[in-house]
Amino acid sequence: MMRFTLPLVVFLVLAAFLYKGLGRDTREVPSPLVGKIAPAFVLPNLQDAAKQFSPADMQGKVWLLNVWASWCGACKDEHPLLMELSKQNIVPIVGLDYKDRRADGLATLQQAGNPYTLTVMDADGKVGFDYGVYGVPETYVIDKKGMIAYKLIGAVSAQNLRETILPLVAELEKK
Amino acid sequence: MMKKLCLTMLLCVPMWALAGEAQDIADDPVMETRMIKLAEKVRCLVCQSEPVSTSHSDWSNDVRAIMRDKMKAGASDQDIMDLLVERFGKSVLFDPPVDNETMPLWSAPFILLALGGAALFYKLRKRQTTVTETALSVEETQRANDLLNSAKDSQT
Repeated sequence: MMRFTLPLVVFLVLAAFLYKGLGRDTREVPSPLVGKIAPAFVLPNLQDAAKQFSPADMQGKVWLLNVWASWCGACKDEHPLLMELSKQNIVPIVGLDYKDRRADGLATLQQAGNPYTLTVMDADGKVGFDYGVYGVPETYVIDKKGMIAYKLIGAVSAQNLRETILPLVAELEKK
Repeated sequence: MMKKLCLTMLLCVPMWALAGEAQDIADDPVMETRMIKLAEKVRCLVCQSEPVSTSHSDWSNDVRAIMRDKMKAGASDQDIMDLLVERFGKSVLFDPPVDNETMPLWSAPFILLALGGAALFYKLRKRQTTVTETALSVEETQRANDLLNSAKDSQT
């Protein structure tokens, strides 16, 4: 009996590990920034360069920071979802136009619609680097104290929004 | 004659001079060597399994630029590595440090080796005992001898 059980157990354990690995995105690495205060920055507004924004302005609010760019393909996938979210007025979304040209960023928002409460321009990507951005789009949930509660690398999906981001926002709102 | 000369001169232009990578070469060759050496230890997160030193991805270009900036500002190699780990996590290091978080990663091969060794030891010991236990009875010895003898007979 033992002759068959042991290889079977080994096989099942191995199969379970491999199965778990199948659906995994190896590009996703856990961000060390989760649980830390969002790095400070001062950046000009996309629409009006004279206006400036800093994360400190959002103190006391739960908000989303969405890193996007006109040249980013996956950003177009999540755009309709962000549009829908902005209409529901649940949570302010701050856009960060990453390594982009002002004109291109503006044109994108004009064509596809603007889901952002406000958008800042990170032309050289320095702020993006501070936030550990390496794949656009990326979305951060930031709590009332300015702490990063969650980071998503890649496009927001309807499922992710429904099951992770929105419940988290609701929970953070209560605090 | 003039045409030939022109062609020869054209052939002397190295290909890489046209590849638009000039931005990667810093004014200070010593610092550039130091930067590349450090970048060899950093994983390119968008290409995986490739170090930042050889990657041509946008992200790696940025990391190299930041390394140069920091080196110019007088940062040590350790300062730069710490900064990268702070931003992107330990997975940017090709050689992650041994600590609580990476312990399973480092210990797994040894645990598996120990398990395999124990299984092999157990199996071999079991086989040894089964071999000594199977002594032949008188009848069996007789039969074996008969068979051996008959084999000898048929050979002759």
